[in-house]
Amino acid sequence: MRYAMAIDTLKCVGCSDCVVACQTENNVPIGYCRDWIVEAVDGTYPQLEIELRSERCNHCDNSPCVRACPTGASHYKEGGIVAVYHNECIGCGACIQSCPYDARYSHPEGYVDKCTFCYHRVEKGQKPACVSVCPTNCMYFGDLDDENSDVSRMLKTRKYKVLAPEAGTKPMVYYLI
Amino acid sequence: MKEELFISGRANLNIDPVLHIWHWQIPVYLFLGGLAAGLLFFASLYTVLGKEDKYKTAVRIAPVIAPFALVLGLFALFLDLKHKLFFWQLYTTIRLDSPMSWGAWTLMVVTPLSFVWVALHIKDFFPRWDWKFKLVIQLEAWLQKNKQGLAWIILIFSIILGVYTGILLSAFNARPLWNTSILGPLFLVSGLSTGAASIMWLSKDAKERKLFSQIDLMLIAVELFFIIHLFMGFLASTEVQIEAAKYFLGGQFTFSFWVFVVGIGLIVPASLEIIELSGRHIPVAIPAALILFGGIIFRFIMVEAGQVTRYLY
Repeated sequence: MRYAMAIDTLKCVGCSDCVVACQTENNVPIGYCRDWIVEAVDGTYPQLEIELRSERCNHCDNSPCVRACPTGASHYKEGGIVAVYHNECIGCGACIQSCPYDARYSHPEGYVDKCTFCYHRVEKGQKPACVSVCPTNCMYFGDLDDENSDVSRMLKTRKYKVLAPEAGTKPMVYYLI
Repeated sequence: MKEELFISGRANLNIDPVLHIWHWQIPVYLFLGGLAAGLLFFASLYTVLGKEDKYKTAVRIAPVIAPFALVLGLFALFLDLKHKLFFWQLYTTIRLDSPMSWGAWTLMVVTPLSFVWVALHIKDFFPRWDWKFKLVIQLEAWLQKNKQGLAWIILIFSIILGVYTGILLSAFNARPLWNTSILGPLFLVSGLSTGAASIMWLSKDAKERKLFSQIDLMLIAVELFFIIHLFMGFLASTEVQIEAAKYFLGGQFTFSFWVFVVGIGLIVPASLEIIELSGRHIPVAIPAALILFGGIIFRFIMVEAGQVTRYLY
């Protein structure tokens, strides 16, 4: 089992519904977010292109945060989901320094917090909150080992990219382009 | 010209707009850890070489600073933790993948050893010192007898401690400025240099002062070589590392780095030491203080600048 997400940058309109859904679902403290919208403008005026995408923890296969953690608080869950045990985290910041996506933050209560791919929903067979609310249906979630999962089918038929592949983290959030 | 502009809807505290999760505590610890490593290195080195009586300051007096530096450094690290009451989780596991884990264990070994080293020389300061309990007296006598072995252990751990202060940073591949293997040796040499400067400052023996002044000169030369090597490596590397180097070659850290660290912290004290060695008298406190100053500023700049360099927007 290998959970992954594919996000269609051609369908995303940057409405931030995924951001709000995540904040509500996961009780994210005010002022923080586990997922966010990036608007990348590319080109030379007047030939400009805008790419909108919803970003979050990439639940990397080769997670630098899990390696950097001195206590083992950062760990892999079933399906490669990267998560943090709050009561093992000392708040040293090593994982935050090690993440090329800056996907982690220090929770006001002290421990480090991040996207969990909504593990509590996924283990019940539901989709992550962000995926379930997307009004343009631009997000696909599923098991890469299952050929018929939403995410596998999209990656088979569409061109895609990942963020900062040169960082060597083997990210598991794919952007359809 | 191709332009790429990112507008991110993320505004997490201490992460955006620029990562700033490590504050003054980390550079202060890196400085104190490096200083302690330097002091313990020279104390154990000259014990192993059998020159305990020749270089009294290095072996007996200066190491007194080491346990205080380590305890203060550890306290700074503790202050940096955001989930403080769980700090003991560090010592429930050994994670070889994580430099911070084996760094924590190294400190766990080195700190008590530094206290033992000072305890073994306490009679130099208080000649009528009495350990009172028989067990302690026996233990002290046993350690005095096996001081060579103890010195070897401290020698090895002081090197690990010195290298660790650099590897802690260099293991973070997400921060292009830190992600270079030269950082380990560079921090080790810088730590040894601050240690040598402290010994030079404390020593009242002209011969010892001269030796440590020469050692320091050599360490400064190696440090300058490593710094040049660091930037050569960056400029020959990937885009993100070229960008990282630009912060020091025209960017926002150019002035503070080249003036305070390289100029005032390395070249000026080296020049003063050369003048001193050529026979003219210069108060030893000046080059020594400048080296210590350069050492701490170097660590502040590296920690600060490293957090500014990144892969994405």
